[in-house]
Amino acid sequence: MNVIINGEKTEIAPETTVEDHLKHLDLNLDTVVVEADGLILKQEEYATLMLKDGMVLELIRFIGGG
Amino acid sequence: MLEIAGRTFRSRLFTGTGKFSSSQVMRDALDASGSEMVTVALRRVDLNDPGDDIMQVLDRQKFFFLPNTSGARNADEAMRLARLARASGGGNWLKLEVTPDPRTLLPDPIETLKATEELVKDNFIVLPYMNADPILALRLQDAGASAVMPLGAPIGTNRGLLTIHQVEIIISQARVPVVVDAGLGAPSHAALAMEIGADAVLVNTAIAVAGDPIGMAQAFAKATEAGRQAYEAGLGQQGDAASASSPEQGLGFLDS
Repeated sequence: MNVIINGEKTEIAPETTVEDHLKHLDLNLDTVVVEADGLILKQEEYATLMLKDGMVLELIRFIGGG
Repeated sequence: MLEIAGRTFRSRLFTGTGKFSSSQVMRDALDASGSEMVTVALRRVDLNDPGDDIMQVLDRQKFFFLPNTSGARNADEAMRLARLARASGGGNWLKLEVTPDPRTLLPDPIETLKATEELVKDNFIVLPYMNADPILALRLQDAGASAVMPLGAPIGTNRGLLTIHQVEIIISQARVPVVVDAGLGAPSHAALAMEIGADAVLVNTAIAVAGDPIGMAQAFAKATEAGRQAYEAGLGQQGDAASASSPEQGLGFLDS
């Protein structure tokens, strides 16, 4: 199945949770915020929310800025 | 001591974290600045560089985070960024920035006011970045802004306090702290803002792009402190006519 992650179409295995994929990307769960189909996820949802075909994920974090 | 929304700050220099050549230079410059509050932005994670994480570089015990909504072109986008910032563990303080025109990066007053009203209702501590418009400053205060942040000059221009006369009016009417933000390009600009009674200044580009950002951060820290001290000490009146500093009496011997 395909999920749009940060604007890029990404092939994802079935039964993958948000947490699985963040770990696969080597991202720190404490410093990345996830928007799934326009809704901000709570961190406790990462482990339970399954990625679905066509889902749009935005992975956002703080960077340097003025 | 400076107090914003019940939180006190010893340093009146706030520093931005953008445009530094490396994380190490940024960290050293922030240390040298003595700043207790630093701004950060929100962006998509660069999936090609997952380890590039400012939260691993900055000590949250030492620096209070002021997330900005840079990149927002209207109130709705600013509110989306604000909620993402809060969800990212950035707390509920916000430098509200709404800049529809990428060429000038000037803030949209109407969208900024609208977003301030909404975000205050949603329990954010809102510090809006604004043009140096005294009436808008009053309107933003009425809407519940915890400080106002008038620009000295457009973002990143280093041109200094071009808006000085407007900022003076804003300060004279302010019921919340006034933080001069954007365009301050030299320590003398920061000192001038503080001398006229600004409560704090926010500096990023001038420090980050300096030949020696650490030295420049120290220079801004000194200038900010010097300007504040001068303001508290009370500047002498300006006048049109010359007024001798040395006594005019006791010169009779020159005629003898």
